Amino acid sequence: MQRSHHSPLVWGSEHKPDGWTVELGHEQPLLLDCGTAIGPFTIAYQTYGQLNASRSNAILICHALTGDQFVADPHPITGKDGWWSMLIGPGRVLDTDRFFLVCSNVLGGCMGSTGPKEINPATDTPWALSFPVITIADMVRAQAMLLDYLGIWRLFCVIGGSMGAMQVLQWATSYPERVFAAVPIAGSYRHSAQNIAFHEVGRRAIMADPDWCSGHYLRQGKVPHRGLAVARMAAHITYLSEAALHRRFGRTLHNRSQVTYGFDADFQVESYLRYQGSTFVDRFDANSYLYITRAMDYFDLTVEQGGVLANAFRGTKTRFCVVSFTSDWLFPTSESRAIVHALNAVAANVSFVEIETDKGHDAFLLDEPEFHTTLVGFLEGAAAEHRDLLRCRGL
Amino acid sequence: MKDSRNARSAIRIDLMLIADMISPGARVLDIGCGEGILLEYLGQFKQVDGRGIELSMAGVREAVRRGLSVIQGNADTDLKDYPSDSFDYVVLSQTLQATRSPRVVLENLLRIGKYAIVSFPNFGYWRNRLHLLLKGRMPLTDSLPYQWWDTPNIHFCTVRDFVSLCGEVGITIEQALALDRRGRVQKLTTLGMLTNTLAYQAVYRLRRDR
Repeated sequence: MQRSHHSPLVWGSEHKPDGWTVELGHEQPLLLDCGTAIGPFTIAYQTYGQLNASRSNAILICHALTGDQFVADPHPITGKDGWWSMLIGPGRVLDTDRFFLVCSNVLGGCMGSTGPKEINPATDTPWALSFPVITIADMVRAQAMLLDYLGIWRLFCVIGGSMGAMQVLQWATSYPERVFAAVPIAGSYRHSAQNIAFHEVGRRAIMADPDWCSGHYLRQGKVPHRGLAVARMAAHITYLSEAALHRRFGRTLHNRSQVTYGFDADFQVESYLRYQGSTFVDRFDANSYLYITRAMDYFDLTVEQGGVLANAFRGTKTRFCVVSFTSDWLFPTSESRAIVHALNAVAANVSFVEIETDKGHDAFLLDEPEFHTTLVGFLEGAAAEHRDLLRCRGL
Repeated sequence: MKDSRNARSAIRIDLMLIADMISPGARVLDIGCGEGILLEYLGQFKQVDGRGIELSMAGVREAVRRGLSVIQGNADTDLKDYPSDSFDYVVLSQTLQATRSPRVVLENLLRIGKYAIVSFPNFGYWRNRLHLLLKGRMPLTDSLPYQWWDTPNIHFCTVRDFVSLCGEVGITIEQALALDRRGRVQKLTTLGMLTNTLAYQAVYRLRRDR
């Protein structure tokens, strides 16, 4: 993976072995939706490719709930490939020969950006539940400050799936003049009641774990791993589809020839979920999970628009490519279609593709050739309006 | 830059005729745009700002892959979202007969666009009449290849039917072309009985009555 090793843009930021970090909000703290001001705060980020001279080739990648800034690097904790490494690299969908890619860990996250597990300088102890409740709009404000710092005013594109799609839509409505193209994938303009319900199950699982210690587990040297693992197991089911689960596991038994008439993981699907739960605990902070799921729950672009989504996009010049997946029941196509209808209502420039797959919500992270070629087509079409972004053909 | 004559030969004649009706630099909405062949042509050779709606996902994916702004949607249900006067031209090519409410669709076309361009197969074409007359069965021809029970074409009309509907909903026909079986423009100046019998398909440029 080619990495931008230095550009004059990143003065002041610190490159640790596990990525870049920068402290923002020194002069002007970030005023959060909840009314609290936070600053200075840290944002951890990764970049790929080189920013061009006209600074017109930047793409901001927004990660999902449990994602992070390691889009195309091996993960510093798990060692696994970045969550979109399939898409990123020279000549790939997000072509690092042409684009400068930025991805930052969201505010409230647990991979280096300021969040509940970091130390609150005022108390010298982890923030835990004294961390202010953040929103998707707050995450986006922090990203905008990062881009200001990097000297990038206008983004060629903002792209992301799931919670990333929420950030994309927030970008397009909060900073329309800074976003040339927006690609919300498998997302929604507001979190549905069903999705809030699932998040509540996850949060209750964490809080019911005695090791959660009312949020102060770090101080007590504990980790609410059982609660967090159960939260992950429940959530993981929502990322898949009935068909995908059945295809992969069916009713196959796990390392045994018959059921044991007990509560061990008799079935492969149980063993798989337990594994998903336990590995998640190693890389994710329980309080971060509470905060970020809450941010998603609060997301509703219509709130400030008198309930009319189209008003959020009025006058937009951004070109949109909305993508959904047929078997995604967490963020079903109908949610994406509502976004498309709102964009049509303001005569915005929008493409909308529903990709056929049985892989559920997670499809946006997986090898879906049709999805990938759609992205390439859209980005090519958008780049056609930027002379300096066109691919050199046979010259 | 590609040779424009090659490009012309690469697209269907009826699409070519539609393209010729559109002024350069216009805003165009192509409903039932398929894989975006017309939109691509218009973008390339007429600097048109084009958008498309297509029912089939395969068509939409191909169009977006080509870098066109196309959404998956339906002429019957999705046109109401578009604001009035948001396009110069709205194109409905070979799709009107497949809509659930052709009249509502037609009205929407001219609400959204200053002009509408509509093409459809003429059910009054003499071969269709002959087929019905002699065989007593629904016509099956190369432009109407579907059996009655699986056809997407649920609202066939003749040239005269269409002209009469335009009159009823206050639409002015600015230009009318009758095409023969090979897609050549027929030298028929009127839209009378003869056209209604000889036109294989028809292309209209429409605007609202002033």
